[in-house]
Amino acid sequence: MSRAFSLFLVVITLVLVGCNQRGADTERLLLTGSSTMAPLLTELAIAFENQRGQTRIDVQTGGSSRGITDVRRGLVDIGMVSRSLNDKEDDLQAHLIAQDGIGLILNTANPVVSLTDQQIVNIYTGAADNWQLFGGANEPITVVSKAEGRSTLDLFLAYFKLPVADLRAHIIIGDNEQGIKAVAGNAKAIGYVSIGAAEYSIRAGLPIKLIPVNGVQASTDSVSSGLFPLSRPLNLVTRVEAKPGQVSSTTAADFIRFAQSDKARALILRQYFVPPQG
Amino acid sequence: MMSKAMSQGDRIIQMGLCCPALIICGVFVWLLFDVVSQGISGLSWQFLTQLPADAGRAGGIVSIIVSTFIVLIIALLVALPIGLGTAIWLAEFADEDQTGMAVAVWVRRSLQLLAGVPSIVVGLFGYAVFCQLLGLGYSLLAGGLTLGCMILPLLIGSLEAGLRAVPCTYRINAVALGLSKFSVIRRILLPQAAPALLAGLILSIGRALAETAALLFTSGYVTRMPESVYDSGRVLSVHVFDLAMNVPGGDKNAYATALVLLLGLLLINSVLKKVVNIWAAREN
Amino acid sequence: MYRHKVDIKFVGLLRLLVMLAACIVLLIFGFLLTEAWPFLFSEHGGQLFTDAVWHPTTGQYNLVPVILGTLYTTIGAVSVAVPFALATAIFCQFYAPRWFGRLYTSVMEVLAGIPSVVYGFWGLVVLVPLVASWQGSGASLLTGILVLSLMILPTGTLLAIAALKQVPSEWIQGSYALGLSRWATIKNIALPASGHGMLNALLLQSTRAIGETMAVLMVCGNSTLFPFGLFEPVRTLSANIALEMAYAMEMHRAALYSSALVLMVMVFILLFLNQFQNRLESTANGKS
Repeated sequence: MSRAFSLFLVVITLVLVGCNQRGADTERLLLTGSSTMAPLLTELAIAFENQRGQTRIDVQTGGSSRGITDVRRGLVDIGMVSRSLNDKEDDLQAHLIAQDGIGLILNTANPVVSLTDQQIVNIYTGAADNWQLFGGANEPITVVSKAEGRSTLDLFLAYFKLPVADLRAHIIIGDNEQGIKAVAGNAKAIGYVSIGAAEYSIRAGLPIKLIPVNGVQASTDSVSSGLFPLSRPLNLVTRVEAKPGQVSSTTAADFIRFAQSDKARALILRQYFVPPQG
Repeated sequence: MMSKAMSQGDRIIQMGLCCPALIICGVFVWLLFDVVSQGISGLSWQFLTQLPADAGRAGGIVSIIVSTFIVLIIALLVALPIGLGTAIWLAEFADEDQTGMAVAVWVRRSLQLLAGVPSIVVGLFGYAVFCQLLGLGYSLLAGGLTLGCMILPLLIGSLEAGLRAVPCTYRINAVALGLSKFSVIRRILLPQAAPALLAGLILSIGRALAETAALLFTSGYVTRMPESVYDSGRVLSVHVFDLAMNVPGGDKNAYATALVLLLGLLLINSVLKKVVNIWAAREN
Repeated sequence: MYRHKVDIKFVGLLRLLVMLAACIVLLIFGFLLTEAWPFLFSEHGGQLFTDAVWHPTTGQYNLVPVILGTLYTTIGAVSVAVPFALATAIFCQFYAPRWFGRLYTSVMEVLAGIPSVVYGFWGLVVLVPLVASWQGSGASLLTGILVLSLMILPTGTLLAIAALKQVPSEWIQGSYALGLSRWATIKNIALPASGHGMLNALLLQSTRAIGETMAVLMVCGNSTLFPFGLFEPVRTLSANIALEMAYAMEMHRAALYSSALVLMVMVFILLFLNQFQNRLESTANGKS
């Protein structure tokens, strides 16, 4: 038994040592931040690597705040932040790569087809709690909202001019897919999620529908034309001393330029986000 | 367990106990049926041998299987020596004197406390200590170490139970023969307890494979094939999580990946059982 | 005290490993404390229990509803899971045919490896609509309890079976030989003898339930208002961390680490209660 064990140890050591040879001449770039942006950046990274060679870009999630903290500490070259930077973050520079619209969704079993802004405010503050008030069935409304601190929630609150303390939500969610599944599984629910994700789910046959906001149809088209009022930027963030073009590492600058180039547009569309205009 | 003719009363109790077992079976069959029926269509040889593409919606999961395997091996390499040592001490040595008993109380308490730490907190801790303090960055090594910490309570709990299950007469006889405690443990207790130890090991592997939050922050999100243990690599459960919660249209591959995870566990389970049966038979 | 030299070295090594295992939690505790420090030991500390609500972005940090939510889901899940786990363990060990016991154990071993995301996913897609068609929004304390109890059942059952196996078979055989029925044997010998292991299993699974994150997050609704009924949404401490950590900055972040500390304190209280109960039991046994 002891012989077998020492053999085992030797094998493991060899494996660990053997694993330890990384390509020395490969350039490395590390991105952390928003989980919403991570799948998109993973795809952009693969395309960039294929084009350039000798480069390895690792994409990690952890949330927008992780991205900001890591860039500030100099742990990573680029952070992913799915919101605009605020006043306290003027030490950082944002590079817009895409837009993400936020649309209100209902279950297709719900006969209600549109709601005014005031009606939406009433629903989210608990002032209106039955679908009958809006021409629906005599059913209580299930209000789906996002967790505090999330940029989607901030945007929603800012547009409807709601203080966060007035919200009366029944279900508080983290990620988009959770919201889509919550509304798809409950005919009485209303929620707000990323329009791209909602459009994909509708095409995939899930029983949800997007409703217009302030008369503007919620679609990736209206987001890209700038008509749709509820949208957020998806930013790559670097430290401010590094102006675009002179970012600390040239690879990072190249990658940001690549992410903003025409070549990236198709990839951005493929991940159900909206490439910026111009 | 042992054959004995059942009385009338026993028959009734057997019926009574049969019900909960059947209910649980029913619920799990329901859940498993969901996973299998939704996942089976996505399962193919290509799925197992290709790299993920289009954020995981297309392509396969080969790099993710490799990463999972490496993380699991590292976690077990860390947890098994510590776990087995602690379990042996708790089961065989702690009760020998007053101090030992007092220390054992605190050791048990600290392990139970560890079991109650939410996995996301362990993940943040692992990130702070292994990734940043030790400078490992997002890597399979950091993930394995974090996971090793995570499965310790379960591993120690079940290993200790396995050791305690060996009848006392074995120990008394062996000590009477003048054997050292070390050889008693190595030659008698461990082979005797092998099946129970194995059950504990399998339980821990299951727990390790199921872990998501702790690994998202340590071994990371990268879907590429890892080149060394210092590379970041996504594990199966993180892949399931990301596809189900973060990628529109990822459901199909999420189910298929979950199915692969279950089949893998089944495979590990049966192989380990075979190996231990052979080993225990030889030692005895 | 050891007659063999090798034993001295061996025990030394074991003690080292024990120290290592026991220290991990201290390290985690220290880490949490440093992260939570700016919140906990400032003027904000008391706010955890005195504020009106939990709205961290506006500087309000009442954690009481979340603590209650954690307690309710954990107690609920454990009280649903324990009878089932105990009954099936006894059934497999004493009443079922051997092959069934073995098959059941293997199935449970596989189920224990299902990622909590899958349980949560299943709960979200299957259970939530089911409960919603009955009453309320579906994402509720009840759904959380059901999913959580389902999650801890496999490991709980396995640990209970392991505890029953720990009972020396001579005792069982002896009891049978004395003419006791199976049920009498179980009640008077197997269960008392495996009590320690059972309790350990129970504790391990309650702590698991307290710390469980993803599944609960997906089915509980996560509202931070006071939980009132089975069909109302609740938020647990771990879900609170997972939901908000990604976007939390500064004080909000420290508040979330404080809620992790609160969680650890709750587990600690649980362990002390168990210790206390053990002591009560042993004094009671001593008297009789």
